[in-house]
Amino acid sequence: MTWAMFVQHLLNGVTLGSLYALIAIGYTMVYGILRLINFAHSEIFMLGAYFVFWGVTLIHLPWTIAVVLAIVSIAGVGVLVDRVAYRPLRDAPRISALISAIGVSFFLQNVAIVVFSAIPREVYRPAWLENVILVGDVRLLPLTLLVPVLSFLLMLGLVYIVYKTKAGLGMRAISKDIETSFTMGVPVNKIIALTFGIGSALAAASGIMWALRYPQLQPVMGVIPGFKAFIAAVVGGIGSIQGAVIGGLGLGIVEIMAVATFPELAGYRDALAFILLIAILLIKPTGLLGEKLEDKL
Amino acid sequence: MTENRIKIALNFAATGILALFLWWAQDFLGGYSIQILNLIAVNIILAVSLNLIYGFTGMFSLGHAGFMAIGAYACSILIMTPGQKEMLFILQPAYPWVQNAQAPFLVAVIAGGVLAALVGLLVGAPLLRLGDDYLGIATLGFAEIVRVLANNIPRITNGALGFKGIPDYANIWWNFGWCLFTLYVIYRLINSNFGNTLMAIRDDEPAAKAMGINVFRYKLLSFTIGSFFAGIGGALLASLVSTIDPKMFLFTLTFNVLMIVVTGGLGSITGSVLASIAITILLEWLRFVENPIFLGDYELKGIPGMRMVVFSLALIIIILFRREGLMGMREFGWGRLLGLVHKRGEAK
Repeated sequence: MTWAMFVQHLLNGVTLGSLYALIAIGYTMVYGILRLINFAHSEIFMLGAYFVFWGVTLIHLPWTIAVVLAIVSIAGVGVLVDRVAYRPLRDAPRISALISAIGVSFFLQNVAIVVFSAIPREVYRPAWLENVILVGDVRLLPLTLLVPVLSFLLMLGLVYIVYKTKAGLGMRAISKDIETSFTMGVPVNKIIALTFGIGSALAAASGIMWALRYPQLQPVMGVIPGFKAFIAAVVGGIGSIQGAVIGGLGLGIVEIMAVATFPELAGYRDALAFILLIAILLIKPTGLLGEKLEDKL
Repeated sequence: MTENRIKIALNFAATGILALFLWWAQDFLGGYSIQILNLIAVNIILAVSLNLIYGFTGMFSLGHAGFMAIGAYACSILIMTPGQKEMLFILQPAYPWVQNAQAPFLVAVIAGGVLAALVGLLVGAPLLRLGDDYLGIATLGFAEIVRVLANNIPRITNGALGFKGIPDYANIWWNFGWCLFTLYVIYRLINSNFGNTLMAIRDDEPAAKAMGINVFRYKLLSFTIGSFFAGIGGALLASLVSTIDPKMFLFTLTFNVLMIVVTGGLGSITGSVLASIAITILLEWLRFVENPIFLGDYELKGIPGMRMVVFSLALIIIILFRREGLMGMREFGWGRLLGLVHKRGEAK
């Protein structure tokens, strides 16, 4: 592999990885607080992509407005899903909420099939995104640079919210101990709704960039990235935002590099993440940066 | 007669009535209705096996589609003739042992089940240490890995093309025979000491451990038996629908089985049976919303995807408002029926 090729693959890996990371943050935040694998998250990602491109092509909104509207409304969808499908199950056994999440995931996916049809749609990218930038021998699409930068900015915003605001303090408190937080006057349900909103907004942002990077829309487009992002969150240590970012970036880079070095293994690409997941769960179930969650007797 | 004898007699009577019904059905019902009956039998096998793993032992497994795929592929390879396989493997020729392997249907189905059970044993041994949702996601990962493998070993599975024209040996007699066998085995298991142990583990694992139960061993056994019947179900399904490919074994398949188990009630065999019947019929019946309907000259367009919208919504509603499902953990048995009769008698 030449040096230029290596850099190109690495950058592609970082791009893919930052998209995984944005989704993984949503999984990890919800898991940290509710101990729930939010299966519907991958459908939130998919809806984000659809909303923007329908805004642009059907209602002829300018790009910026479409993106903002999509992200805001997707945050609303996330909050709604929590309110309708998860909140009534807070006191139920954890698996009930998980089954509900699987139900919501299939529901949203099939609503998308009904509304948008199962036929994949091509995404028309703005022309300026098609100009190839040449840096030495490395050929880059503007998105390869733009995606990591935008993702990084979004993550900075998130870190600010979680570590510098009162709502963020609430989130951290709830993830330590939900009942004590409640008795201490933390508005638990509001904070959880906010968590779903923020996680969904990040997933929507990721979905939009994903659709620009790999220009095709289909109702099942969220399933595989969703699983992989969840795996990234587990690998990084579920419940930890830094872990989700590191896990996401790592998974993206490993995936691209593995396929680039061993092209004959390309067919196994989708299995790689799952093998990694099972390995991590067996060797170090808390992930790279996760805290040990106590089993309550 | 003692109550036990009455129950045994009733069981035989019920089996006889079922046999008579099937005998009548195969002569008088159309091919489509018979296909639905067949699907019901296979779904009962799948649902009861998942119920053993999840409902009775409390292991949240999402790997059913993987075990079904293993059973389906193993059985199909064994029942197709070498000539058929030669025509089928157009991408790359099959390995000689795949090419030449052949067995009667009964042996092929059992082979599918045994292979699935072996894989269940191998996969379960490391994975069953994980709890709750981690077990779910890891078994889901296992099922995905099976699917990716099926796509990538074309000399055994014919890759993405899969198999076509699998001999349709799975008639109603085979399917219902296997279905009754599954029900009998799992019913006997559940109502034995073994079953009590499983339910003790489900209800309170640390307590079960403290009582000296080798939790891991029982979990692994339950998981392996569940995988065996999932493999059997997959094998029958392959012969029933006569076409398989890796896409058939997506997570959706596991979702359908999970849906039946949750609807019927976790930890209720009769619940799973009732839910299998109801959901299989409903799923087929709902096909009409997906197909175009012709009213004279007008054509109402079908709505693809509507079936699963209805079903996922139903699952959410059940889990929100009636978490215990149709039957909860209760069983509908002769004992209750007899009790009802006795009460009536006393009232008179």
